[in-house]
Amino acid sequence: MPEPVREVVGKAAPLEADDVDTDQIIPAQFLKVIERDGLGRYLFYRWRYDEQGKPVQGFVLDREEFRGAGILVVGRNFGIGSSRENAVWALMDAGIKCVIATSFGDIFYNNASKNGLLCVKLSGESVKHLREKAKSGTLSLTVSLDDQVVNYLDGKIPFEIETHIKERLRSGLDDIAMTLSMYKSKIKHYEEKMPTFLMPKARRSPLE
Amino acid sequence: MAFEGLRKAGRRVSRPDLTFAVMDHNVPTGDRALPVLDDMSGKQMDALARNSAEFGITCFDYLSPFQGIVHIIGPELGLTLPGTTIVCGDSHTATHGAFGALALGIGTSEGEHVFATQALWLRKPKQMDIRLSGRLPNGVTAKDVILWIIRRIGTGGAIGHVVEYTGDTVEQLSIEERMTLTNMAIEAGARTAIISPDEKTFNYLRNALYAPQGDEWDAAVQYWRSLRTDSNAQYDTSLHFDVNNLAPQVTWGTNPAMTVSVTENVPSPEDFADASDKAAVMRALKYMGLQPGMKVTDIRIDVVFIGSCTNARLSDLIDVARVVKGRRVTPSVRTMIVPGSQLVKRRAEQLGLHRIFIEAGFEWRNSGCSMCIAMNEDKLGNGERCASTSNRNFENRQGPGGRTHLVSPLMAAAAAVEGRFVDVRELDLLNVEELELKGGFNA
Repeated sequence: MPEPVREVVGKAAPLEADDVDTDQIIPAQFLKVIERDGLGRYLFYRWRYDEQGKPVQGFVLDREEFRGAGILVVGRNFGIGSSRENAVWALMDAGIKCVIATSFGDIFYNNASKNGLLCVKLSGESVKHLREKAKSGTLSLTVSLDDQVVNYLDGKIPFEIETHIKERLRSGLDDIAMTLSMYKSKIKHYEEKMPTFLMPKARRSPLE
Repeated sequence: MAFEGLRKAGRRVSRPDLTFAVMDHNVPTGDRALPVLDDMSGKQMDALARNSAEFGITCFDYLSPFQGIVHIIGPELGLTLPGTTIVCGDSHTATHGAFGALALGIGTSEGEHVFATQALWLRKPKQMDIRLSGRLPNGVTAKDVILWIIRRIGTGGAIGHVVEYTGDTVEQLSIEERMTLTNMAIEAGARTAIISPDEKTFNYLRNALYAPQGDEWDAAVQYWRSLRTDSNAQYDTSLHFDVNNLAPQVTWGTNPAMTVSVTENVPSPEDFADASDKAAVMRALKYMGLQPGMKVTDIRIDVVFIGSCTNARLSDLIDVARVVKGRRVTPSVRTMIVPGSQLVKRRAEQLGLHRIFIEAGFEWRNSGCSMCIAMNEDKLGNGERCASTSNRNFENRQGPGGRTHLVSPLMAAAAAVEGRFVDVRELDLLNVEELELKGGFNA
């Protein structure tokens, strides 16, 4: 169950790239790890390590001035591609609590909300503005989910967020418990109405 | 991990009778009599078998005769039916939309939620009509259509939308071709894709292992006929493309929107006005090891991969045979065919297709996701260049440093023979009758 999210305060790190797919966020070879914790070390693995696994100099999150950054400012279409929730877990394990982008892949965006990773959508212009400012390594942001605004020293930018995503992040509730407490009978009622011809029935044993 | 969540909370799978498991992403595609060498894959497969048994789910395991890629076995076993809602922890779940099912790719948390509740929270997505008209020229396939659509609307072009493919082109396409269209809608950002079911849909499902039978079949078909798209259906966005003059497509870059026709040249950064586009093109060209402005047909390849949930069904294998029968692959090119399921494999062997492939010099392997995602032993080496029938050309997708060009099975087969990309329309393509398949074949 995720922690409730109302506000994220942290240093911003700029990642100047559009169309960052979840294969880049965490390569498929690390999907075989059956633990969630510790995935941060595989975050952006191919951009941070060479073939021998030696660190490549200069990746933004490995630079001294961005150490401890909790907010990533990217470009457009962040998190497109594969549905792997490991992408969200890897970001969070590496200390990222908020991603600011122009747009997100739908599945990534949903997965993030289930885990308490705040995804903020801003205009292309605002994203670029924040990314430029973040390059100094000294941009600190306060992202208020309650007020739907990104605050920084000399400005603030309001943002829109879907009500249900906001509520889910703020409550940190166990979705399953909520669904079952509110909708169990409705689900049962629906299931009783489902035509039997839509129920899979093997015409012979699949093992034959 | 979703099973672990259930266990911790003391929950069960709500409807094990409606829940199925299959091993596809990481399975080896070599000899199934041999042990699984990769320890991590072996453990993951064991865990799925154990969890399926514990929660009462049917699992098509590594050795099952029905094992295959989930998006291929769902339809061929008749588990994918019109009018149903299907979820799977994989972004290419939209494939099943070709049957008029609402099919959603979901993450682990959502998977656990579905296990426990048999329900999913979903905000009503926007709807996008992609109407296709015209007849595909010989040598041009559904794969070329979808690559071209993604090129036109971009990787984020359909974010927040369910795409419905409509129009006379879609009606002409076979079910397997339609699946190629729905499969790759995610590469344009779509939540899912759907196609109105018709007689072809019903015929594809008739007699499938899990499909309704007898009176239930008749009742099902009657219901399914009511699912046709309304003639006055309203969409948030409507696009129209004409396919009459479409050429075979080849991706040159590191996302599926970076596509050109085989007759075009690889773009240059100078072709783009926007600074970030220029930078993206430059980066992609560098990763791909291509010269700006070079001809696509001058790109030499090292590997050909025929496989994946996009293009590894029987009709895709037949397309490969139409090109390679009586020809040999270029000796320096590593060529592999990974059927989409063990059932596809058996059917292909009944038709005698495997002999055509083996005589041409292809490796004929067992089913799995294989080199589409490179979670097993099938991967590209650093700098190796692949003509691939899969769906993603992301950096390192097919192996660290690997370079992927997405193409149709026809184009991949032609590249295997020539050792470089060629316009498959310039080759003599056999028609299906000329393949002299055992027992004959009707598409």
